[in-house]
Amino acid sequence: MLEGILIGLGTAFSITNILMVIGGCLIGTFIGMLPGLGPMSIISIMIPVAISLGDPSAALILLAGVYYGAIFGGSTSSILINAPGVASTVASSFDGYPLARQGKAGKALTVAAISSFMGGTIGAILLMVFAPALASVALLFHSAEYFALMVVGLSAIAAFAGSGQVGKALMMTLLGLIMATVGEGALFNLPRFTGGIQDLQSGFGFITLAMAMFAMPEAIFLVLDPSRSGGDDGKSQEIKDLRINREEAKSIAPVIGRQSVQGFLIGVLPGAGATIASFLGYAVERNIAPKDEQEQFGKGSIKGLAAPESANNAACTGSFVPLLTLGIPGSGTTAILLGALIALNVSPGPRLMVDNPSIFWAVIISMYLGNLILLILNLPLIPYIAKVLAVPRNYLIPFILFFTLMGAYIGQNNATELLLLTGMGVIATILRFADYPLAPALIGFILGSMLEDNFARSMQLADGIGFILDRPMTLGLLVLAIILVILPSYRVRRARARAEGVADGD
Amino acid sequence: MALDRVIALIFLLICAVYGYTAFFTMDAGLPPFMRNNPIWPSTFPKVLSVLGILTALTIVLGLEKSNHTAEVAEINYRKLTEYKLGQAVSLLLLMVAYAFALRPIGFLASTTIFLVAGSAILGERRWVMMGVIGVIAAGFVWYLVDEVLGIFMRPLPWFV
Repeated sequence: MLEGILIGLGTAFSITNILMVIGGCLIGTFIGMLPGLGPMSIISIMIPVAISLGDPSAALILLAGVYYGAIFGGSTSSILINAPGVASTVASSFDGYPLARQGKAGKALTVAAISSFMGGTIGAILLMVFAPALASVALLFHSAEYFALMVVGLSAIAAFAGSGQVGKALMMTLLGLIMATVGEGALFNLPRFTGGIQDLQSGFGFITLAMAMFAMPEAIFLVLDPSRSGGDDGKSQEIKDLRINREEAKSIAPVIGRQSVQGFLIGVLPGAGATIASFLGYAVERNIAPKDEQEQFGKGSIKGLAAPESANNAACTGSFVPLLTLGIPGSGTTAILLGALIALNVSPGPRLMVDNPSIFWAVIISMYLGNLILLILNLPLIPYIAKVLAVPRNYLIPFILFFTLMGAYIGQNNATELLLLTGMGVIATILRFADYPLAPALIGFILGSMLEDNFARSMQLADGIGFILDRPMTLGLLVLAIILVILPSYRVRRARARAEGVADGD
Repeated sequence: MALDRVIALIFLLICAVYGYTAFFTMDAGLPPFMRNNPIWPSTFPKVLSVLGILTALTIVLGLEKSNHTAEVAEINYRKLTEYKLGQAVSLLLLMVAYAFALRPIGFLASTTIFLVAGSAILGERRWVMMGVIGVIAAGFVWYLVDEVLGIFMRPLPWFV
């Protein structure tokens, strides 16, 4: 491991890569603050840039920096104007916004930044311990287990979608898988389901799909309902006095410690991700707080702000574990990162650590660096960056739409792609009206070809469907997948208690 | 019928067509040497179509009880006309127009027009400001994509 860390240090501390982290964090923070652009949309926009760098480590470092920056930016807009750009920072607004209303915006931002920093750093340490261990186990997997593992991942994503939503999430996953079969796959060299349309020969473009599913519906929602952007009372906020005192630091330290570990573990689970981690972190801390502090929650408790902030950052780091070790993304954002890696001819999985140790370790080291930069560079800059929030929506929305168009156009260099983007954007918006979660569709789409690949390989090795019974682990995983899907709807019937709406976007 | 069930019904139809293709028409064009394989190009789609039909049915028939309360922040589609629907539709049409205009009139002109028209649709009336921002943004993005990233984009009609 030590050797790996040294390789990582060597790669991450090159001038280019340090610039990538700084640039990524700044761009991420800047855009992440804008309502309507979550990490997924920003990363999709940045992918053509990252790919043109040509160096996979630099590309992944840039994108990871953007990811962190975007989460940080999202917290900033949650705190300052109560307009969380992303679902995973909604919980931060519960106490962050009341603090800002009391004139303690600076303090709230510092608490958020320190909690995020600690969450991200503790997450990165855990990642460093967990990932190699998991990767060495994963090296023993055959294609049959891989197939089964992906099925488990996809069902877990559906299962965590929320109560009463499992069917919908499952349907979206299948939609993604079906869309992945369109076009000419490497597996058979035959065009499938193209309907004779030339432009579908190479399948759907994943950047187009990501834009259509996340950026477009959000932008259309902003147009439909002007109150969503909430930019009006943003101007009046003045940010000053970023310091926190010793007692405050003492009171949030245990919260940060607990929530970093808990958030990380939740982030590792496929489908759970930063949103659930932040809500759960908030709820847990409120429940275990002493009576008098409990009443402060929701009215501007710094503990209530520290909990979701450390949890969501740790969870973001945690979500890199399945991506880097198994090549299976657990969230929409890591799915997009996976797509970018595939475009760069790097296939993440247990072999990544063996074949490309410099990529693997450089990403982990750059996570420390990214967190550090957010703390020492972005925090002092926040009062200036926050000016972005005053951009009037009449200018903001055309730009968001223009960036989605550009992302789709640069990826394919094809104007038909823009029509596809608009059409699918409308469909995605309608799906959101009906409360269908969209992240499962994108994850299904990206995992689709790998799933079929492993399925085909196992079928060929066993000369039939018998591979399911050949190895006990395959069977065990598939049974687990079925349980994951059935259990939530069973529990809903028994207890109709929890009802925390979880939207897309972590 | 609620919108989510209508969507599930549409998905059911898509799965039916998809499954029909996988089960009955796709294998006809398969070369003989591939027929000995345990897996055909249609195998995986067959599985997907069956699973898709089953999942869609559970939603259409309302087997899964949803206790999902609508979020306050989300849009209520039943009252769609009370929102700024006209603006949203106009912007979508503008995006389509942009797709068609990009090649004939070039990137710079179509982008400037897109940004200005977009703001205008949203109710902005400071034309000079909008024009200046549009031109600067279009030029800047073109420079970034074409010169820095090296992806060719035709800036003006007379470039080949």
